[in-house]
Amino acid sequence: MSEAPLDQVHLEPQYATARQQAETAALGMWVFLATEVLFFGGMLFAYTYLRATFPEGFAEAARETHVVIGTINTVVLLTSSFTMAWAVHAAEHDRRRATALLLAATALLGLLFLGLKGLEYYKEWQEGVVPGLNFHKDGPNAHVAAMFYYLYFMLTGVHGVHVTIGIGLVALMAVRAWRGGFSARYFTPVEVTGLYWHFVDLVWIFLYPLIYLAGRSGP
Amino acid sequence: MTTATFTGKAEQPTRGAQASYLTAEGFTLRSWLLTKDHKRIAILYTISITLFFFVGGAAATLIRFNLVTPPGLFQPDTYNRLFTMHGIVMVWFFLIPSIPTTMGNFLIPLMIGAKDLAFPRLNLLSWYLFVIAGVLGLVAIFAGGVDTGWTFYTPFSTMYSNGYVVLALAAVFVSGFSSILTGLNFIVSIHRLRAPGLTWYRLPVFCWSNYATALILVLATPILAITLALVAVERLLKVGIFDPALGGDPLLFQHLFWFYSHPAVYIMILPGFGVISEIVPCFARKPLFGYKFVVWSSIAIAGIGFFVWAHHMFVAGISLYAGLVFSLLSYIIAVPSAIKVFNWTATLHKGWISFDAPMLYALGFIGLFTIGGLTGLFVANLAFDVHATDTYFVVAHFHYIMVGGMVSAYFGGLHYWWPKITGRLYPEWWARIAAILIFFGFNLTFFPQFILGYLGMQRRYASYPPEFQIWNVLSSAGASILAVGYALPLFYLGWSLWRGKKAGPNPWAATGLEWRTPSPPPPHNFDVTPTVTRPPYQYRPDPEPQDV
Amino acid sequence: MRGADAGLGRPPRALVLTWLALLGLVALTLGLAYVPLGRMGIVVALAIAAVKAGLVVTLFMKLFRGPVLARVAAGAGLFWLAILFSLAATDYLARNDAATGNFSLPTGREGSR
Repeated sequence: MSEAPLDQVHLEPQYATARQQAETAALGMWVFLATEVLFFGGMLFAYTYLRATFPEGFAEAARETHVVIGTINTVVLLTSSFTMAWAVHAAEHDRRRATALLLAATALLGLLFLGLKGLEYYKEWQEGVVPGLNFHKDGPNAHVAAMFYYLYFMLTGVHGVHVTIGIGLVALMAVRAWRGGFSARYFTPVEVTGLYWHFVDLVWIFLYPLIYLAGRSGP
Repeated sequence: MTTATFTGKAEQPTRGAQASYLTAEGFTLRSWLLTKDHKRIAILYTISITLFFFVGGAAATLIRFNLVTPPGLFQPDTYNRLFTMHGIVMVWFFLIPSIPTTMGNFLIPLMIGAKDLAFPRLNLLSWYLFVIAGVLGLVAIFAGGVDTGWTFYTPFSTMYSNGYVVLALAAVFVSGFSSILTGLNFIVSIHRLRAPGLTWYRLPVFCWSNYATALILVLATPILAITLALVAVERLLKVGIFDPALGGDPLLFQHLFWFYSHPAVYIMILPGFGVISEIVPCFARKPLFGYKFVVWSSIAIAGIGFFVWAHHMFVAGISLYAGLVFSLLSYIIAVPSAIKVFNWTATLHKGWISFDAPMLYALGFIGLFTIGGLTGLFVANLAFDVHATDTYFVVAHFHYIMVGGMVSAYFGGLHYWWPKITGRLYPEWWARIAAILIFFGFNLTFFPQFILGYLGMQRRYASYPPEFQIWNVLSSAGASILAVGYALPLFYLGWSLWRGKKAGPNPWAATGLEWRTPSPPPPHNFDVTPTVTRPPYQYRPDPEPQDV
Repeated sequence: MRGADAGLGRPPRALVLTWLALLGLVALTLGLAYVPLGRMGIVVALAIAAVKAGLVVTLFMKLFRGPVLARVAAGAGLFWLAILFSLAATDYLARNDAATGNFSLPTGREGSR
């Protein structure tokens, strides 16, 4: 955070200074992210336990995920995190137009991620690996594959909801930045939105090896 | 700023025309529904949870009606829905929000000398989420109910139950986010908004214990939320990871559920500890004995509370070794709880004790919580738990803590801070009568259940062998006394809103920043941010710092 | 107010390097996934993920330049998750136990004990 004096215009009555308010907002987001760690953690625990119990079945099912789309999506999301961090940097240095453009780029990369994710879901529907709705697998490990894909859809689905919310927030920030709402003296909302966006990326960093890379090296 | 004096005769500020939070924003419904004032949001919460308290209470009444005769009055299916409704409503719509969202919301900013919580909009959002959750829950109940019990155990909840399970799950899911936002607000506010001079060790214990509660709210609730979401999808699509028929593991559900729900029982008692730690020094006119031990035992309970969850699963098929580990850890958590009881007792020693209604509730709390806590040690013991699991012994144990403890603390706190919240005094004698009725009614209701459980009566059955009838009749008789005790405050507190005597800023001559502002407080609590120069509870030698 | 409308400007070097490192790690973990490492495969994959997460947290989110409390909050999330994993493991690792006759899921491995 730069040491420039902050704007008092946005100061709420419960704060003594704008800096106190800005730091409190960031802290609030960090506490929320701690909550989010556990929100995803419940599913990750289920994944860990089931994978440890059925290693072969999980490897078999994971091998059939769309690793190309998954990898491209990983790159897309990491790049969006980069543009987001850059946007915060630009806001901090009072480059308002750049902030808006970089935020817009972040939101667009998020949309690209969702589009690719949708394509992947569509392919999976056609392959018949959607448990409960369209699942046509047989063999001794079919029930394990069903559990794998159930967790796959829950994990990526909940992550997708987070991406969607993130896109909304980032787009809103882009509009506000374009209208000149932020400056080096007031950019807390951009910073806090950035934290959220990076968290969404962090979740994907762990989902990527768990979903797409398991069982690739053969049985 | 007024300066409170020992005699409690401090006067309202001379500019008596200054508007309080009740009047400043106007009287319209809109001004209440869109308010960002933590005090008004606390009032909104109080109204909501009072409603749910009586909904859950109605279910409890019907349960006790049913159990008067061995065959039971209701069909077993109806009975299942009744106790489920009682459990879900009381746990998630009364006990968990009870003290934090009402007194916590109202008092934490006052106690830390702040003008509001850190995120007022989030606070209002939290109430709206609670209302949405409440409506979902009520729809589930009145559409036909749920028969899973409040624990939603799989595979019954996912495959066999024929109630409105998904709706109830959605209700609890949404209420979870309401809790998380409240907890987040408390943690951040207590860290960042304390008044000058208000160091951590000058913080009232009420703030500490709500802080400890908030830690649990923020770190445990998300696990519940995601687990219930998994259950809901499993029920809707008949695929999942909890049903053994699908290859899953029901114990996986139980691990995740109790990872939240055991810490959640500390959500349902820690704020009570905070209230009692405020009331006891005030009515014994002594500083709280062992302040640091009391605050750190709160934090310890919040922490250790996460290490004991599988003691709910001793007979569910977990590994014997895990059972040993969790049994041992469960004993450890009794230590900080006992520290608190010892400290309250030591505070009473040689105190100038007065028996006003809040103190009666507090004394009741200490006794009932001690019984509840000690019987908790019984059931933490592996061998005894095999005998007591799913019997009325367990029911009595947790009601002693949650009802005897938390509800007593809730009523104690409500009376103690009523003058601050409303600006009116409640009728003392009526309040004492209610407190005593509740204490005796409670014991008559729940003590027989220890005996029933020990004799082997299982919980969650609509009928029972005839030899248990005498104890059940006693319990139901107690419940009717309890019902009167709980209904009384509704009348006399309601009456006091219009007819009660005006309360000064500090009717109890208590310490603490909340008593240094008018009753009811102005919209932004303090005209001048107060400065704190000494530790809390300085009732001796002179009660209230005059050096403000 | 220098360059309020001066286009994107040049991204800070640290951010670019972080981004490139992240992409490199993606390539590395993808490549290693096809190498038969046996049980070490998942360990390696998660270790690389942890390094990536560390880069994001440190250089994008600037966790270690902010207030200490933010670090405590982030650490608490991870610590509490660790409680869930480790204490539940006391059950799952000791579950299929011939001495107590305690078996949960049919994994096909019970007979080998």
